[in-house]
Amino acid sequence: MSRIISYPEALKEAMTLEMESDEHVFILGQGVDDPKAILGTTAGILDKFGPKRIFDVPLAEDGITGIALGAAIAGLKPIHIHIRNDFLLLAMNQIVNMVAKMRYMYGGVHTAPMVIRATIGKSWGQGPQHSQSIYPMLMNVPGLRIVAPTTPYDAKGIMAASIRSSDPVIFIEHRSLYYQKGDVPKEAYALPFGKARTLAQGDDVTLVGVSQMAIECLRASKCLNEVGIHAHVIDPVTISPLDIDTILTSVKKTKHLVVVDNSWLPGALGAEIIAACHESQDCDFKSLRLGFAATPCPTTPSLEDAFYVDGVSIAKKIYHMLRHDSDWIPNTIIHREEVEFKGPF
Amino acid sequence: MRTSENSHKLLEEVYKSLFLIRHVEEKICDLYPTDKIKSPVHLSIGQEAVSVGVCKALTREDGVMGSCRGHAMYLAKGGNLKQMFAELYGKRTGCGKGRAGSMHLADVQAGVIATSAIMASTVPLAVGWAYAQAYQNTGNIGVCFVGDGALDEGCVHESFLFAKQKKVPILIVCENNEYAIHSHFLTRHPSKDYILNWASSYEMKCKRFEDDDPLALYDYVGGVADELRSGSGPQFIECYTSRWKEHVGPGDDFKLGYRGTEEVEKWKRKDQLIRIGKLLKPTVKQKIEQNVLKEIQEAVEFAECSPFPKPTELYENVYGGENE
Ligand SMILES: Cc1ncc(C[n+]2csc(CCOP(=O)(O)OP(=O)(O)O)c2C)c(N)n1
Ligand SMILES: [Mg+2]
Repeated sequence: MSRIISYPEALKEAMTLEMESDEHVFILGQGVDDPKAILGTTAGILDKFGPKRIFDVPLAEDGITGIALGAAIAGLKPIHIHIRNDFLLLAMNQIVNMVAKMRYMYGGVHTAPMVIRATIGKSWGQGPQHSQSIYPMLMNVPGLRIVAPTTPYDAKGIMAASIRSSDPVIFIEHRSLYYQKGDVPKEAYALPFGKARTLAQGDDVTLVGVSQMAIECLRASKCLNEVGIHAHVIDPVTISPLDIDTILTSVKKTKHLVVVDNSWLPGALGAEIIAACHESQDCDFKSLRLGFAATPCPTTPSLEDAFYVDGVSIAKKIYHMLRHDSDWIPNTIIHREEVEFKGPF
Repeated sequence: MRTSENSHKLLEEVYKSLFLIRHVEEKICDLYPTDKIKSPVHLSIGQEAVSVGVCKALTREDGVMGSCRGHAMYLAKGGNLKQMFAELYGKRTGCGKGRAGSMHLADVQAGVIATSAIMASTVPLAVGWAYAQAYQNTGNIGVCFVGDGALDEGCVHESFLFAKQKKVPILIVCENNEYAIHSHFLTRHPSKDYILNWASSYEMKCKRFEDDDPLALYDYVGGVADELRSGSGPQFIECYTSRWKEHVGPGDDFKLGYRGTEEVEKWKRKDQLIRIGKLLKPTVKQKIEQNVLKEIQEAVEFAECSPFPKPTELYENVYGGENE
């Protein structure tokens, strides 16, 4: 039986169910217990569990991350929430030098079962300091699991897995995904890490999109259908560890791989996936990386289309890759409003 | 009698500045539903007097830095109004060429050095800027505005220590509006005196203002500025004030229930704009208001008529010239 709920509701359900079944789970972060409840994702949790299980903290990202880590090695399971990826940059020391290395550095004596949630902002003047993605920087660090689910179903399942995991998990959300709705079972369930999701089937090109870019890839695939190009659209869901097998299986068929990052290109997922597929030495293929233009994010709306890629620009790049024609423009009308976020926040 | 009350000219300037900030912010509220300002706006309505009292006591060359709630500081220090509106509109004639939006305003000519949307990130910046003034013997001082929420960041404390140790000519002004988004000061701190005790523990001269009287602030900061210029080291002010609008955006937010209307009404009853207005002759006051409203109208028209940056300009200012 189908039950359609939103992305934030899916996150809230997962956290609530895990908090019910494990009293060690608690939530901390700026504004987690306030009336806006992190865009609804923590709504009702204070009423249900009380202030011991969910509480506000001062502006002190690095310190609070370290404190959450200390609680985690002593047996608790903190969920630390940030409303933007950009604020996580203040906690880089604790995340990279401490959280990621807890298990390894002490020979397995310690574990760091904690979840760090952070949202990527976009549009409406979010600008240089409220729109960044942090996963490419953290992908480089062993010891962290990184997830970036796109569908409400995956959001709920991978959130449960993240909370239950004995490893630290960086949980990347995107502000525009909060408008996504989808079929989500009522009961608790956890999905495995390192398992990509196929969003559309096709034999002409393998199209991988991270987080909100998976939605743009789906739109691109709809545009391409009109000219008989069928894209195989894959959402990695987990960024570390990456499900290369699912991608490689498709690339062997399509011989064309396009990866769309939700970030700048150097050292990001596109480079990683394309290199990993080449290293398998099983097949020859053409590849292309797409993502942010190599500038800080402009605030003015007039530069947004030049900075970000979207369904149409992705489709055009793929058309050029396959048919060597850069003038084609798709007829398919894409309704941006469905997914685009309108400010102020 | 206080120096500030002696001077008609000063009263007029203070009133002009308060009136300008209030009406710029209200203009933004009027324009917001048109979606022409596609930028999160952290409005200063209710908090104007702190920036005005402090900035009027500075020279044009002194530098101020603050957070994304920076409109009052920008305007009180004399930041260009046309470039501000153009920036809010995302136009290439804006103070940040459309790359800044509301949250990163600056006008270096007027001593508005920087504002930032990462809380507290301009505190070390301000200390470094002021350090460079002493280093180069410019005689200028720095002022950093910081919220009661941002003050908790570790870099603030690291900066206090450096400033004290190096006798940096910096005044840190904590604008305590008692909230960080919807979180009350006392849910984040054990007592009302916490901030002042903190600052005192760095052996800085500290003072609290329970009210945002711009004339009292002006008088006090005038003295502080002299001391800073003489090399006596950093100082700290905590000034209570009140944010009348929602944390971000043009509306109010009483429906959320995190604070009562009376908290804000109490401040509205002692609105400094009205209070200072009453100290002026009605004809003088009226003249100031007319001029300011005209200036605002012209700035909006300037913004409306200005061009957007072109996509070909996307890579401007990422790096310096090729041959550097
Ligand atoms: C490092 C960092 N953490 C969190 C935020 C999100 N944030 C924006 S404004 C704000 C509250 C700031 O409160 P305060 O310093 O008192 O300034 P006010 O908004 O009251 O002017 C927070 C938490 C941020 N911008 N930067
Ligand atoms: Mg505040």
